[in-house]
Amino acid sequence: MSILGLLSQLMAIVLALALAPLLSGWVNQWRARLQNKSAPGLLQPYRALRKLFNKESVLAEHASPLFRMAPYIVFGCMLLASAIVPTLSTDLPLSPAADAIALVGLFALARVFISLAAMDVGTAFGSLGARREMLVGFLAEPALLMVLFCASMISRSTSLTTIVETLAHRELAIYPSLLVAGVAFTMVSLAENARVPVDNPETHLELTMIHEALILEYSGRHLALLEWAASLKLFAYSCVGLALFFPWGVAQADAPMALLLALFVLVLKLAVGGFALACVETLSAKMRIFRVPEFLATAFLLAVIGLLVNILLGVS
Amino acid sequence: MDGFAHPTTWVHLDWILAVVVAWLVMGVLGVVALRRFQFVANGLFPISACFSLGLLGLALSAMGAGPEVAVLPIGLPQLPFHLRLDSLSSFFLMVIGGVSAGVSAFAAGYFRKGEGTPPGLICLEYHIFLASIVLVVVADDAYAFMVVWETMAFSSFFLVMANHRIPEIRNAGYLYMLVAHIGALGLLLCFGVLQANTGDYTFANMRAQHLSPFWASVAFVLAVFGFGAKAGLLPLHAWLPEAHPAAPSPFSALMSGVMLKIALYGILRVSFDLLQTRIWWWGVLLMAIGLATSLFGVVFSTVQVEMKRLLAYSSIENVGLMCTGFGLSLLFSAYGMTAFAALAMTAALYHVVSHAFFKSLLFCSTGAVLHATGERSLGKLGGLIRTMPWVAWPSLIGALSCAGLPPFGGFVAEWLLLQSFLFTTGLPSSFLNMLVPVVAALIALVAALSGYTMVKYFGVIFLGQPRDEKLSFSHDADHWERIGMLWLAVGCVVLGLFPNQVIGWIDPVTHLLVSDGLAQAVAASSWLLVPVSIERASYSPAIFLLGVMACFALAYLLVRRLYKGGTRRAPPWDCGYPWQNARMQDTAEGFGHPIRQIFEPLFRMQRELPTPFDEQPLYRVTVEDPLWHWLYLPVAAVVERCSKLIGLLQQGRIAVYLMYSFVTLIVVLLVVKQ
Repeated sequence: MSILGLLSQLMAIVLALALAPLLSGWVNQWRARLQNKSAPGLLQPYRALRKLFNKESVLAEHASPLFRMAPYIVFGCMLLASAIVPTLSTDLPLSPAADAIALVGLFALARVFISLAAMDVGTAFGSLGARREMLVGFLAEPALLMVLFCASMISRSTSLTTIVETLAHRELAIYPSLLVAGVAFTMVSLAENARVPVDNPETHLELTMIHEALILEYSGRHLALLEWAASLKLFAYSCVGLALFFPWGVAQADAPMALLLALFVLVLKLAVGGFALACVETLSAKMRIFRVPEFLATAFLLAVIGLLVNILLGVS
Repeated sequence: MDGFAHPTTWVHLDWILAVVVAWLVMGVLGVVALRRFQFVANGLFPISACFSLGLLGLALSAMGAGPEVAVLPIGLPQLPFHLRLDSLSSFFLMVIGGVSAGVSAFAAGYFRKGEGTPPGLICLEYHIFLASIVLVVVADDAYAFMVVWETMAFSSFFLVMANHRIPEIRNAGYLYMLVAHIGALGLLLCFGVLQANTGDYTFANMRAQHLSPFWASVAFVLAVFGFGAKAGLLPLHAWLPEAHPAAPSPFSALMSGVMLKIALYGILRVSFDLLQTRIWWWGVLLMAIGLATSLFGVVFSTVQVEMKRLLAYSSIENVGLMCTGFGLSLLFSAYGMTAFAALAMTAALYHVVSHAFFKSLLFCSTGAVLHATGERSLGKLGGLIRTMPWVAWPSLIGALSCAGLPPFGGFVAEWLLLQSFLFTTGLPSSFLNMLVPVVAALIALVAALSGYTMVKYFGVIFLGQPRDEKLSFSHDADHWERIGMLWLAVGCVVLGLFPNQVIGWIDPVTHLLVSDGLAQAVAASSWLLVPVSIERASYSPAIFLLGVMACFALAYLLVRRLYKGGTRRAPPWDCGYPWQNARMQDTAEGFGHPIRQIFEPLFRMQRELPTPFDEQPLYRVTVEDPLWHWLYLPVAAVVERCSKLIGLLQQGRIAVYLMYSFVTLIVVLLVVKQ
């Protein structure tokens, strides 16, 4: 592990913490513009976080320690997830500790804890949210894993840094399997980040909400952590998508100047990605909760088809 | 066994036999002190747990040592018991010792006065069961194997029937016995094929035989059938969700944690050790059965409303996953790719150990809950984390491990299994290449669904508000129960955090079975789990945990720094609805509803819906196993019809029977004359 590696690892963590709310703000702003609303400022998520950190935290009377622990665990998982995804550089000391499968496990761990915390207070909406979250999760998780497997088959590795290095170094050819997997990945990340066709991040309409129902009982610092974790999750997912499908521009080991260039490229890619997400959210309508399994099953099948295409064409 | 008089010259096998004898003595002591409850519970069971620890130590030290052989002059004349301790046996002895140590300690606090069979008798049955299970894995001839195998079946039958006054439990015991015997028939035939007409039933002889592919396949299929009946593989799984809830909880823990694994030991012993040939379609068959079993198990476990049934179906799922791993290993091994075969085998064996620990832990937790509340139905529990923290927190570790989440034991096994599936592109058959991503996808689906099940299990029992008034008076586990559950929980954590160490123990086993191992690749790095090469894949649970904890600490410090407000307790918000009560939470049925809807064709469901005009609206849904109606009942009907036809012969009049003798005599004379 080099000093530079340590530096890029620290930079990745700080960058994730700092940039994640900005990405959410960017997406919200574009969505408002596309929907002919007056847009909130780009820094609105930071203001919301500051507001929450200044407020009193109200706990339900019989909330157990699990309820108070969950926001920290979820935040920790999401931060670690953004730390191990190679966003700026492939020289990450933490990266060998968790590969693509462990990344999916990390997301699953956060999901299980937030669902358990939602069931802890014992309200109607909490358990409803937990059930729906697990419903989304049990199909999205294997679909995400299969998407990552598509990329691992090309690079013959599940290590995220190796995947990015191989994919960035190939010629500018389009792999048909990655194309299919890309569609599947987009669908999964919409569902996992509580975005429009599956869930609406802005709604508090009881019958349709998933993510908001989970965090309904939280307030003050706990809510701030969960909101921050949600934007970290969006950031981590975007970075996974960029790493798998647009890996160009990520710095290799021993190249200090490349890090700066990588930072610039990353911000550019995230800006375009955020705009695309806002477009998708504006153009699609929220679907009924029982259509969600069909939506996710399609993503799952697409990812498996991607794997099969991989083998059929003998790319690997 | 020459040095039997001098303990200084004893080898591992002698000490293991000493543990067996000690257990049998404890069982007899239990019967002598039949009704002296304190002596049996607080005296015998903890000592027995110490012997289990001894067994664990012995098994670990015997793991790397060479095979040891012994001949015991018991049994019929000319048929002594042949015993043999090799690394495969040591591995399973390790599982037995590790799990039974925790379960025996738990049992010390579990059994109460005045429930069903007296504790002294349970103590006897329990220890005979433990002793027979140890002898099964060291038996080295078919005769000894079948004797101890049947002893295991009988002692477990009596334990299942501990509360025999309840008719459902009697039915469950009967079904268990029936399936056990159908399986034993398969085993007898299998050993018959394996000895290849030599008349010598020792395993050493069977290893020396080279069967033709046809007869080898017959033996393999019979072994999968016979051992599969005990392991709960599809379609012979029906006894499992009946017998597990019927048995007392410590014993359900042993049945699920250990006995199912012993059945898998049988499959391994026959297909990887006794049979010298390996054919590729055996692996495919085992994989197909395993996958079907695990999918079936996990889908059914999500919709269960009784806590032990839920865990029983989850055990079916896990056994299926292990079988898939064995099948993949067999497939690789048939094509001579030993390194990958070792990877798949390591994954499956890792799952064997970690499932043994977390499932026993979960079954013990149901026992503690059952004792504290008297309730087995999930729909009437809730909120127990507040009154029973000593049960809830260990169960959380068990549930997370069962859900296959990092950094616990279940995840390591799942990770290794998925890694081994990524290597299947090297298989020489293009058809198999196509099949395998589908299998990997289904395994990922099963793992995700087991997360759903565990959220349901833990959330409905321990979280939320108590769904019944009496739950607020429930008491926590007593100290023996706590010790037992903590031991098992520590096992789950250790298995999750130190995979390299555990793989080092598994290594001699894979060397024996597929003549390759992971230890060298793993030993290259002390903290990282690197099965093949660092570029290919790596995982480090310790660093992973440190990372999560560091992020946790960072978040905590951030909050301490940024946070200005205080904390206040208030009634729950719930969108401002003030009249909420505990019955507005999701029930167990409600939590399983999405799965029931998605996988509807798999179930046999009956629903009674209320109409708007009902005075007392009633909603009832029953979910049944369709195989029961498609397979078991038709077979039972055929058996009944056949026995009725045979019954026609029995007229009950002496003249008819005399006529039978007369006809038989004439037929015999005719035959003899020719």
